[in-house]
Amino acid sequence: MIAFLFRRLFQGAIVMLTVALVSFVLFNYVGDPINGMVGQDTSLQDREKLREQLGLNDFIGVRFARFVGNAVQGNFGLSYRTAEPVLRMIMERLPATLELSLVAALFAVLVGVPMGVYSGLYPKRALSRVMQAVSLIGISLPTFLIGIILILTFAVLPNTCRSGLSIGGVVVIDCSLLAWLALPAFGRGDVVDLGGWRTGFLTASGLKAVILPAVTLGLFQLTLIMRIVRAEMLEVMRTDYIKFARARGIRSRNINFGHALKNTLVPVITITGLQVGQIIAFAIITETVFSWPGVGQLFVQSVSAADMPVMAAYLSFIGLLFVVINLLVDLFYYGVDPRLRAAQAAGKTV
Amino acid sequence: MPLANAMGRLLRGAIRSDVYHSFRASKTTVIAGIVTALIFAASFAAPLIALQNPYDPASLNLSDAMKPPVFFGGEWAFPLGTDDQGRDMYSTILYGTRLSLIVGFASVLLAMAIGISFGLVAGYFGGAVDAVLMRAADVQLTFPAFLVALTLDGVVRGMVAAKILDIDHNDIAVPVIVISLGLAFWPQYARTVRGVVLIERSKDYVNAARIIGVSPWRIMLRHILPNAMSPVLVIATINLAVAIITEATLSFLGVGLPKTEPSLGALIQIGNDYLSSGDLWITVSPGIMLAVLVLAVNLLGDWMRDALNPKLR
Repeated sequence: MIAFLFRRLFQGAIVMLTVALVSFVLFNYVGDPINGMVGQDTSLQDREKLREQLGLNDFIGVRFARFVGNAVQGNFGLSYRTAEPVLRMIMERLPATLELSLVAALFAVLVGVPMGVYSGLYPKRALSRVMQAVSLIGISLPTFLIGIILILTFAVLPNTCRSGLSIGGVVVIDCSLLAWLALPAFGRGDVVDLGGWRTGFLTASGLKAVILPAVTLGLFQLTLIMRIVRAEMLEVMRTDYIKFARARGIRSRNINFGHALKNTLVPVITITGLQVGQIIAFAIITETVFSWPGVGQLFVQSVSAADMPVMAAYLSFIGLLFVVINLLVDLFYYGVDPRLRAAQAAGKTV
Repeated sequence: MPLANAMGRLLRGAIRSDVYHSFRASKTTVIAGIVTALIFAASFAAPLIALQNPYDPASLNLSDAMKPPVFFGGEWAFPLGTDDQGRDMYSTILYGTRLSLIVGFASVLLAMAIGISFGLVAGYFGGAVDAVLMRAADVQLTFPAFLVALTLDGVVRGMVAAKILDIDHNDIAVPVIVISLGLAFWPQYARTVRGVVLIERSKDYVNAARIIGVSPWRIMLRHILPNAMSPVLVIATINLAVAIITEATLSFLGVGLPKTEPSLGALIQIGNDYLSSGDLWITVSPGIMLAVLVLAVNLLGDWMRDALNPKLR
């Protein structure tokens, strides 16, 4: 157990060191920090003096150590674009991203697992086939296109509707129905400030605003979870202990949920955990499509404005998040699957 | 040209083999194949069948801007309508699809080249080289490829902004995005090839070749690599769809290809600005094109995975 944990921690440390190195290079060699601080008419001598004062002429190892030291304390300097402290910019936008990711993950799990169970138990039913086809589309379509389709359906059509949708003279969907379905597709709605954490969960407009972005963000994960649960269920339903449970006359509901589903959950939780990183990364796209004021949108703005301090800080932050999540998932896996522990006890490496 | 030979042999074998029959057996796959072939043909014939060259500012007329498609009150000169610069949507979609396909293919080839070389070297020589290359792959796989490509693109933008590179970013946008995507996708090829090399390395035919004095590079390229080509081709097909999606996404976010010569993603972004006013056609038609293209390539990739290598799942 200790060796396992140690190896994982070592791997995480390598990842963080690489990320720090990349951030350091971004910070120091792509774009000149001095240019962001002085005006056009500062003389070369003054620039050199400032360089010396800031320690930019020191040995590279010393500068890297200083950079890491500052980064650990959360000090990433000022944004080139807005001249605000980078840490404050990220902290202000973080709650928006975390709330969006949370709702998206919940949506993916709470809808994806039942869909997977159903299509795994009854793979031949028409509804299961429909789910499979839809999931293929969900996996193929780019996130931003899904977002646009949702905006089109729930925000643009209700607002531009004049005659409703009619096929062959019969009105299928009329404007009042569309208006009833309408959802906001721009920003977060009203937020409540809870001591620095601005939440959208406490207002009606905030809750409504999160629906479309969260569905967009969660759809890919939903299809993935559904496919895994389905495959696992098909696998488990063929095993002997399920047949035996049937032979004992246990009710099928108990078999399906007590025996089968329980055994499919380990891979599902592992994959879902690893997907949290993906969710945060894809939040970059979703936030831009829906003008959601989170860290992902900030990152895209920083890339197009070549705002290196913000990019460096975001990458370090995301790197840390990924390392922590991977570590937790590994530990969870280790705790849940007795086979891994048995393998360790027998002296095999995993 | 060991790579070309290997691919040629694979293709010749393929037509005679079960693979061809498994292709014919699945209706979905045949349709996906036909759709992909049609899109490829149409986009590469774009200069012949397009109504104008949308990338040439001289052929555009602002008074033609924002015309709706022909069945929604437009005119036959612009069958799918025009965008805000007066580009004919039908022609721009053809040119944009061609650009998306070129970027997709080029970046997959680059990722393949890097990944195959690293995988061969890591698997064949082992030791410290192996450790360094595979740890690098691990670190990179911690991050989604999309984020890697986005960051690389940002680095180049930073270098342009700081005058380290003294050129207009629009002039180098295509090579930059190809390199960013290529560098983002190499680890999966490297891992697969390394796995094959580790299995093949100790087999008798490799030992025999080594004993008669064949050079390590020749052994890697002529003897071992052909064994790795079918999983690599499967990854490459699925990767092509992912590369097209990633390019479209970056361009949509405004950090990929420029709007002056729009790819499908950039075109959708142009349309996105007019979505809320109800002018849907600039978004909808390239969106459908992108979705159909990606779905068709994905279906081909799925079929290829099952047909070429049932174990690779």
